[in-house]
Amino acid sequence: MSYDVTAVGESALRVEPAEVKAIAARQEIEGKSPWVLALRRLRRDRAAMISLVVIVFIAACAIGAPIFAMITGHGNMQQFSTIGRTPDGQPIGPNGTFWLGTDDLGRDLLVRIAYGARVSLFVGVVATAVTVVGGTVIGLAAGYFGGIIDSILARFMDWLLAVPFLLFAIALFSVAVQKPIFGFIGPGLPIVIIVLGFFGWASVGRLVRGQVLSIKEKEYIEAARALGAGPWRIMFVDILPNLLAPLIVYSTLLIPATIVGEATLSFLGVGVQPPTADWGQMISTASGMFLYGPWWYLVFPSVALLIATLAFNIFGDGVRDAFDPRGDLYV
Amino acid sequence: MARFLIRRILQGLLVLLLMTFTVYIIFFLGPGPQFVARVLAGKSATPAQINAIATQLYLNKPWYVAYGHFVSQLAHGNLGYDYYNSVPVTTSIKQAFPITISLVVGASILWLLMGLATGIVSAVRTRSLTDRFFTTQALFFYSMPTFVLGLLFILFLYQVLTTHGAAVFPAPGAWTSFTHNPLAWAHDLILPWFTLALVSAATYTRLTRGSMLDVFGEDYIRTARSKGMSERRVILRHNLRASLTPVVTQFGLDVGTLIGGAIITEQVFSLPGLGWTAIHAISSQDLPLIMGIVIVASTGVIVANLLVDIFYAVLDPRVRLH
Repeated sequence: MSYDVTAVGESALRVEPAEVKAIAARQEIEGKSPWVLALRRLRRDRAAMISLVVIVFIAACAIGAPIFAMITGHGNMQQFSTIGRTPDGQPIGPNGTFWLGTDDLGRDLLVRIAYGARVSLFVGVVATAVTVVGGTVIGLAAGYFGGIIDSILARFMDWLLAVPFLLFAIALFSVAVQKPIFGFIGPGLPIVIIVLGFFGWASVGRLVRGQVLSIKEKEYIEAARALGAGPWRIMFVDILPNLLAPLIVYSTLLIPATIVGEATLSFLGVGVQPPTADWGQMISTASGMFLYGPWWYLVFPSVALLIATLAFNIFGDGVRDAFDPRGDLYV
Repeated sequence: MARFLIRRILQGLLVLLLMTFTVYIIFFLGPGPQFVARVLAGKSATPAQINAIATQLYLNKPWYVAYGHFVSQLAHGNLGYDYYNSVPVTTSIKQAFPITISLVVGASILWLLMGLATGIVSAVRTRSLTDRFFTTQALFFYSMPTFVLGLLFILFLYQVLTTHGAAVFPAPGAWTSFTHNPLAWAHDLILPWFTLALVSAATYTRLTRGSMLDVFGEDYIRTARSKGMSERRVILRHNLRASLTPVVTQFGLDVGTLIGGAIITEQVFSLPGLGWTAIHAISSQDLPLIMGIVIVASTGVIVANLLVDIFYAVLDPRVRLH
């Protein structure tokens, strides 16, 4: 049986012999790349597939948020101060007009939760992308060049990983709210993405650096160098492709962490600012008033946030199991 | 060992310096030179006070002189002056510290016990129903944002129970100092402790389980078993001990970070610890206080890192050589 599991060179993706046999027995023997095998494993993971459906649903809610506004006839910023609030100005509970109730300003919670999904997903994806790209480039450089560059970058990453980033976010915000930092970093989304990206890339950097340190000793890197390839070519053409699997897994698991990070910043009041609809900020406003009655204001955005992070985490676990079935790449 | 210690402490000091420089960039260079004194002075400062502050902090000198002054003040334990409350920053921090420490000590003991117990059971009985239950709950709490859990606790365990006549848990914001009445202290902190502990324990469950499963594959475990050693001894003496390394690292770092304020938990339960103080200093534009807390918190993290490394070096002589 010829079954080339090392088709992508020294990629750490390996296939368990038992699984190879099972697949081979079932169908014609043909070479399958580790990617195809990983995707196949992922498709068989029922929990991961269900959470993927949930993720697609949340994304659809985010993209189609205006549809919620259209169906209910309530804009996301529209304040219904008479029908959306009790005579003494309190939010009203779920009813036929406002399916999930209203908030303190008489706005429709359902519509605002749908719009809130936009911020969460946007930040989740953009900040994760910033983190992964930055961490990969710096990790590659540190691992490949070694020496003094590596020592400095490694120390810097150690420090970043240990920084109490919420406090630094508070510090940045407290300055930016009075005077944009360096004239352009104002409160709101810029701070959120900078904080999450700047304090996040180090974990990716460390992962990449570790892998590069072992990959750069391989024969094919030596061969590339012998053929006259420059450092950039070796880093990005010869080494990077071997890191794609761990990076995909790590990014998938980073998205929920980033979503929680954004919600936390907004909950603490240093993230996304009103009147933008945002889950963390809705929960923050609700936390000051739910003891006096409007439980729905607290519960519905919380449930939305929890479902999103759970779905991404379960999917991320599935991706990890699919790409790294033996668990020898990462914790 | 002495050489390792000296090198490691010097590294720590270097990181500390890097950290003070970051703080300096944010607070002194961030707002632009002509606004620093204005921004630090707080909401209600008069122009005369602002000028006095500029002179006091060397703000009209070149930035490296002002930075040097800033660092030398820190080295003397002077965290600056809280112009808003008219007290030294250290005074405000000393008030908040016991609350944060109480929160962290109780919660960390809880999460370590919960995380280790569930992790060990899960690893020993892999793929059993118990393992499934523990790993699922770990995933659930791992995905749970701390503030969501805290607020749901307040809603269901305080609000709902209290309105139904079972006032088991105190209202958020309750705080009794340990020296005053230890029992009331623990009672007031139960919900914050469990909030912080459940969210953190999830990481420890996953970490302990994964680490123990790895060690079970080692040859020396097979040797121990083949010598007829009791399974209990194999698990606790041979496996757990080796598996504790990542757990200890994580624990050191987590506690170090939380010393700087279990910000979210403090905010949810209105406990005026360091994190809560920092958040509330934003609205009063009390920047020196925020700066002080950031410095204390970062120092906590750096010291925790140092202790973890020293702990390793004591356990494993190989570490000292690298």
